[in-house]
Amino acid sequence: MLPDFSNPADWLPWAFASLMGLSILVYVVLDGFDLGVGILFPLAEPHEQDRMIGSIGPFWDANETWLVLAVGLLLVAFPTAHGIILSTLYLPVFAMLIGLIARGVAFEFRAKARTRHKALWNRLFFAGSLVTALAQGFMLGLYVMGLEQTAQTYLFAALTAVFLTVGYAFIGATWLILKTSDALQLKAVQWARQSLWAVIAGIGAISLATPLVSARIFDKWFTFPEVLWLLLLPLLSGGLVLMLWRLLRRMPLPSDRLSWLPFAISSGLFATAYLGLAYSFYPYVVPDRLTIYEAAAAPESLLIILIGACFVVPTIIAYSILAYVIFRGKATELRYE
Amino acid sequence: MDVLDTLLLSRIQFAANISFHILFPTITIALGWVLLFFRLRFAATGDDKWMAAYRFWVKVFALSFAMGVVSGITMSFQFGTNWPGFMETVGNIAGPLLAYEVLTAFFLEAAFVGIMLFGFSRVPAWLHITATALVAFGTLLSTFWIIVLNSWMHTPQGFEMIDGVAHATSWSEIIFNPSMPYRFAHMVLASFLTVSFLVAGVSAFRWILGDRSRDVRATLKTGVAMAALLIPIQILAGDMHGLNTLEHQPQKVAAMEGNWDTGPNVPLLLFALPDEAARENRFEIGIPNGASLILKHHADGVVPGLNDFVAEDGTPLHPPVSPVFWSFRVMVGTGFAMLALSWSAAFLMWRRRDRHEGRIKGHWMAVEGLPKPLIWALVPMALSGWVATLAGWYTTEIGRQPWLVQGVMTTDMAVADVPAPMVMGTLVGYLAVYAALLIAYVGVIAYLARKAARGADDPANDMTHSGKAQVAALNPAE
Ligand code: HDD
Ligand code: HEM
Ligand code: HEM
Repeated sequence: MLPDFSNPADWLPWAFASLMGLSILVYVVLDGFDLGVGILFPLAEPHEQDRMIGSIGPFWDANETWLVLAVGLLLVAFPTAHGIILSTLYLPVFAMLIGLIARGVAFEFRAKARTRHKALWNRLFFAGSLVTALAQGFMLGLYVMGLEQTAQTYLFAALTAVFLTVGYAFIGATWLILKTSDALQLKAVQWARQSLWAVIAGIGAISLATPLVSARIFDKWFTFPEVLWLLLLPLLSGGLVLMLWRLLRRMPLPSDRLSWLPFAISSGLFATAYLGLAYSFYPYVVPDRLTIYEAAAAPESLLIILIGACFVVPTIIAYSILAYVIFRGKATELRYE
Repeated sequence: MDVLDTLLLSRIQFAANISFHILFPTITIALGWVLLFFRLRFAATGDDKWMAAYRFWVKVFALSFAMGVVSGITMSFQFGTNWPGFMETVGNIAGPLLAYEVLTAFFLEAAFVGIMLFGFSRVPAWLHITATALVAFGTLLSTFWIIVLNSWMHTPQGFEMIDGVAHATSWSEIIFNPSMPYRFAHMVLASFLTVSFLVAGVSAFRWILGDRSRDVRATLKTGVAMAALLIPIQILAGDMHGLNTLEHQPQKVAAMEGNWDTGPNVPLLLFALPDEAARENRFEIGIPNGASLILKHHADGVVPGLNDFVAEDGTPLHPPVSPVFWSFRVMVGTGFAMLALSWSAAFLMWRRRDRHEGRIKGHWMAVEGLPKPLIWALVPMALSGWVATLAGWYTTEIGRQPWLVQGVMTTDMAVADVPAPMVMGTLVGYLAVYAALLIAYVGVIAYLARKAARGADDPANDMTHSGKAQVAALNPAE
C-alpha cells in the first residue's frame, strides 16, 4: 500500500488519494449527521424542529465545504477521472445538487420568510436532505458496481441509496442524542435504535458485493496471509455495532452520562467501513479502469498544492474544532445576537 | 450536430449557473466589510442604531451567503459534468488555483461564518469582531483566486504546452497575469457598489414605508455616501480595464465598440444594430471620434476593427458582436445612472446637513434633504449593481469566444460527451429552481424590510395574533 517516497510521480498521487479519501470520510460523517437531522425532521414536533435546526446551524456550511474539497481534489489531482466519474453520474449528481440547494436555502428561508410560508420551507428542508442522501447512496452503489449501468447495477444502487439514507438518519439521531435533552433526546434514542439495522445491512451488502463484482478485489481480500489482519476490519465493525446496540438499549443514562458515545462510535463505524472500501479500490480511482497514477495531474502542479495543504489543512482542522468547542453543549435556539 | 447541440446547451447551462452564482458573492464580498463597519461603529460608540443596522443586514448576509454557497457547489461540479476537456487541458494551472481557493478561502469563511452569525452572545466581543473580519477577508480571498483563474483564461502566460496539455512554468507570471489587477479591482468595486445601492435602496424602501428609525437613516446615508465615493473610481478602473483589453484582446474591444474596419476617427456609438451577416451596423447614432478619443486619447487614433479577425475561409475569429456590444452598453449605462443618482442624492443630503436629523445637530448629511422622486428612484436601483455586474461579465466572457482560454483552447474542445436531451433536462431543472429562488430571495428581503419598518423587528412582538409568541421567540437563525 505504501508508495516509493523517493519518486514524486509515485508518492504524490498517493498523497492526494489519501487527502481526498480523508476529506470524503470527514464529509460523510459531518454532513452525514446534518443531512440525517434533515431526514428525521418531519418526525419531530414543530418546537423540537427549531432545536434540531439549532443543533446543526453553526456547522452545516463548514461540513459541506469538505465536499467541495473532495470534489476539488478529484478535479485538480485526477482531472481525467473527475471527467469520467462525473459525466457518468451526470443525473444523480444533478439530483444531489438540487437537493443540496433546496436544503441549504430552506435552512435560511424558513426562519426569515413570513410565517405562513414556513411550512413550505420546512418541507423543502426535509425533501432536500432526503434527495441529497438518496443521490449520494445511489452514486456509491454505482461506483461499487464499477460504474457499469445495467438493470442489476441500478437495483443495487437503489438499495445502497436506501441504506445510506437510513444510515445518515442513524448518525443524525446519535448527533441529536448528544445535542438535545428531554423528550427530543428520548425520541432520538428511539430513532437511533430503529435505524441501526440499515447501517448493518448497508455495510454488509457492500462488503459482500464488492469482492463478487471484481475478481481483483476478491483476490485482494482473500489471499493468505493478508486475510488474517484484514479480518480485523469486520471484527472491529462487529464489535462497534454490538456496543452501539447495547448502549442504545440503556440510553439516556442518568445525568446525561455518555451521551457523546453513540455519535463517537458511529463515526468510528463509518470510518471502519470506509477504510474497507478504500482498501478494495486502491489503487484505482475509476474502478478497474484508471489508477491514481494514470489519472494524476503533473507532479509540479500537485507539489504546489501539497505545500499549501500542509500548512492550511492543520489550520482548517484547528479552527473547525474551535467552532465545535464554541457551540458545544446542548442545542438551544439560534439567534443572531 | 449532436455535439453542437450538447455544446450550445452546456454553454447556456454554464452561463445560467455562473450568472446565478455571481449574484450572491457580489453581495457577500462587500456586505461582510459593511457589517464589520457597523459592528466596529457599535463597539466604538455603543450607539444601538449601529447594532440595529447590523442585525438587519446580517440576515441579508446570511441569506445571500447560503445562496452563494449552494450555487457555488453546483459550479464546482459543472467542470466535471459538462466541461471535462477544460481540466484535462489546463488542469495543471486551473487546479492549483481552485485548490487554493477552497483551502485558504472557503474553509475560512465557512468555519467563521457560524461564529459571526450565531456567536454574538457566546463569544467575547473581540472574537466576534475577529470572526466577522475573517469572513469578510475570506470572501475577498475567494474573489482573488477565482479572478486570477478567470484572468488567466483571458490573458494566459507562464506556461508551456506539452502534448496538448498546459504545464506551469512560472506561478508568479500565472498569478500576476496582465489583466488580473484590473479585473480584480473592477470586480471588488462592483461588489461594493452593488452593496451600496442595495443598502441605500432597501433603506429608502423602509423610509417610504414610514420608517424613521435612526438605523434606517444611518444605513441610507452609508449607502449613498459609499456609492458616491466609489462610482467615479469604478468608471476610472473600467476605463483602464478597457485599455488593458485593447492591448491583449483587440477583437473583444472591436466588438464592444461595434467597429468593423480598422482605422482612425472612430465614433463612440450610442446606438446601433450590428448585422453580422452584412458585416456592418444599422441605425448608427454616435459621437464623432469618441471611440478613438477614449481608447487612444487622440481624435485620429487607430481603433482595431472586426474585419481584421476573419480566417482565410471567411469564418469569423471574433466573438458574436451584438451581445458584446449591447451588454457593454448596459453596464456603462448603468454606471452613469449610478453616478447621476448617487451624486445628486449625496449633494442634496449634504446641503441639508445639520437639520432635521431628529433635531440632533452635527450630522454631515440629512435624509430629509432628499426629494421624494429621488427616494423612489433609489428603490429600483437597489438591483442596479446586479444588472451592471451581469452585463460586465457577459461582455467579458462572450467577448472571449470562440476561445475558452485565449489562444490555447476553444470552448468546443472542452465540452462533455453527454447526450443533449440530458443536458436539456438538467438545464430546465436549474432554470426552474433558480427562478423560484430568485423570487423568494427578493421577496424575503422586501418582507424583512417591511417587517422592520413596522417596528416588528423584535421577535417578541413578531406574531401578534394568537399565543404563538413563545414559538416565535424560539425562531432559530432569525
Ligand atoms: C457595479 C458594477 C459595474 C459598473 C458600474 C461598471 N462595471 Fe465594468 N465590469 C463589471 C462591473 C461593472 C464586472 C462585472 O465586474 C466586470 C466583468 C468582469 C470583470 O472583471 O469586471 C466588468 C467588465 C468590464 C470590462 C470588460 C473587460 C474585459 O474583460 O475585457 C470593461 C472594458 C469595463 N468593465 C468597463 C467599464 C466602464 C468604462 C464602466 C463605466 C461606467 C464600467 N465598466 C462600469
Ligand atoms: C472566474 C470565474 C469564471 C470562470 C472560471 C468561467 C469559465 C467559463 C467557462 C469554462 C465558459 C465556457 C462555457 C461557455 O461557453 O458557456 C464560460 C463562458 C461564459 N461565462 Fe464564464 N467563467 C467565470 C466567471 C463568469 C461570470 C461571473 C459570469 C457572469 C455572471 C460568466 C458568464 C459567462 C457567460 C455568459 C459565458 C458564455 C459565453 C458564451 O458561451 O457565449 N462567467 N466561462
Ligand atoms: C467557475 C467558477 C466558480 C466556481 C467553481 C465557484 C465555486 C464556489 C463554491 C464551491 C462556493 C461555496 C464555498 C463554500 O462552501 O463556502 C463559492 C462561493 C463563493 N464564490 Fe464562487 N465559484 C465560481 C465563480 C465565482 C466568481 C466569478 C466569484 C467572484 C468574482 C466568486 C466568488 C465567490 C465568493 C466570494 C464565495 C463565498 C461565498 C459567498 O459569499 O457566497 N465565485 N464559489
